[in-house]
Amino acid sequence: MSSARLLDLCSLVRSKNAGPFELTFDFVCHDEAGYRELRDSGLLTPELFANLFALNEDKVGFHAHDTALAIKVTIPRPTVQGALDDADCYGGQQYALVLDALDRERS
Amino acid sequence: MEIRILAPTGALGAGFSRAGLAAAVELAPHVIACDAGSTDSGPAALGSGTPKLSDAAVRRDLEALLLARDHLDVPLIIGSCGTAGRDDGVDRVAGLAREIAAAHGLRFRLARIHSDQDSARIAALHRAGGLRPLAAAPAVSEEDILDSHIVAMMGVEPIQAALADGAQVVLAGRASDTALFAAVPHALGADPGLTWHAAKTIECGAACAIPPGADGLFVHLRDDHFTVSTTTGERRLTPRSVAAHTLYENADPFLVTEPGGVLDTRDARYEAVSDTSVRVSGARFRPTGYTVKLEGAALAGYQTIAVGGIRDRVVIEALPELIPLADKYFAARIADLFPALDPAVVDISFRTYGTGAVLGVHELPGLAPPPEVGVLITVTAPAQHLAHDIATFVAHAAAHLPIPRYDGLVSTIAYPHSPPETDRGPAYRFTLNHTIAPATPTEPFRTYLENV
Repeated sequence: MSSARLLDLCSLVRSKNAGPFELTFDFVCHDEAGYRELRDSGLLTPELFANLFALNEDKVGFHAHDTALAIKVTIPRPTVQGALDDADCYGGQQYALVLDALDRERS
Repeated sequence: MEIRILAPTGALGAGFSRAGLAAAVELAPHVIACDAGSTDSGPAALGSGTPKLSDAAVRRDLEALLLARDHLDVPLIIGSCGTAGRDDGVDRVAGLAREIAAAHGLRFRLARIHSDQDSARIAALHRAGGLRPLAAAPAVSEEDILDSHIVAMMGVEPIQAALADGAQVVLAGRASDTALFAAVPHALGADPGLTWHAAKTIECGAACAIPPGADGLFVHLRDDHFTVSTTTGERRLTPRSVAAHTLYENADPFLVTEPGGVLDTRDARYEAVSDTSVRVSGARFRPTGYTVKLEGAALAGYQTIAVGGIRDRVVIEALPELIPLADKYFAARIADLFPALDPAVVDISFRTYGTGAVLGVHELPGLAPPPEVGVLITVTAPAQHLAHDIATFVAHAAAHLPIPRYDGLVSTIAYPHSPPETDRGPAYRFTLNHTIAPATPTEPFRTYLENV
């Protein structure tokens, strides 16, 4: 699945602080059919996030929320929020890595 | 039983439509509650005591809410005053409330609940093994704790105690967002699963509405369900948008931890009532041992920054070699100018926007070369004058590094400002995200009552 397809299926893709030490990603789908396609595609996995953010897979929290039509992934924050080496205080642009990685894996 | 709760906006000072507030007041809420804080904007508010939002913005919202409260004669509960919920943040909002009361001739019994913690006492608790780290919190040293400004996050109990003492306006320090909305229904014996789920749903105001925004939500809490509605017809709610709010800024979408237990929404059901209203049932609350979260922030240093841009592709291509060269030069220059200074206490950071500054070490390899690069230089040092002095030669030297392809001196960074350096003042870092088990739920907090 390309990032373009993911963006077609989702009405919202975002990353966000869950407190100063965790980062959470939400992929919320337009409808039931799109949610099933995304959930069952095996595209978003703990392994993918572990690879992208150099983590052990057991540090990746992964949830499929059938009512919210959403996939949610939570990881330890790559840098502590507001630390000198943190370039994204709200954690709001970190999902871009996931979108780009989808296309990179295919090419 | 029906308990009606008004959440006028997601954050005091973020604003809301006056028509929406008026419509919600017509529905006769039993309580108006609003959060005023967050750690989402970083450690500065907790470290410095300077709120994120202006007094003007907070005054505008507080005035409308105090007038609505006076009209209804119901409690107004505001938590995490001044962004971080520090004692000085509570007192600052109390000052605004007294001014507004004087201007409008309002009278009410005011409770200020302070939640600052004595860092020496927390350090002693730490030595005794009384602190438990929350998920992903880094190790904390006793020195970190002693250097930190620390707040404890209250649950419903200190707020309920203030209301029982006759408070009509409660200005709380750091508080669990949901506790502000749960305090009154919890005291009236409402179903705890529905109470905490309703509180979680409305704590950000109309953030879960379509379109989301700074506005209110209204809850009718009944015996076996609650309904949540927007306060203006311009915003809609759907079962999906309400369910999806459990995702927001939360690690786990089904389990929400509160001081006295865990809200479990796995069996929650969401049904549309109308375009602007959703009926919710099925959540459960599982009581656990009582714990209170601590948040701490300490000074990281003082900063001076310089912002510029690079447009020449020859310079952009040379950047990967130039930056290590510059770092070596700066270390030598600091040793020359400040021989008594330990170089380890100075941090010089180059962020080159366009080449992976936002994702940092996790950026994918092979990013296409950009036509233009933004440069942010940040110097952090133990004193402002040191950060400034170091930044003056860093900004100058960084713009005159030798480019191998060119013979003479070139200015390699386009600075839009003269001088290029700007002092940022103190910078802070988060230290604590731990829990303690207090003797009682009210023990870490101090309440002051007065008649305004």
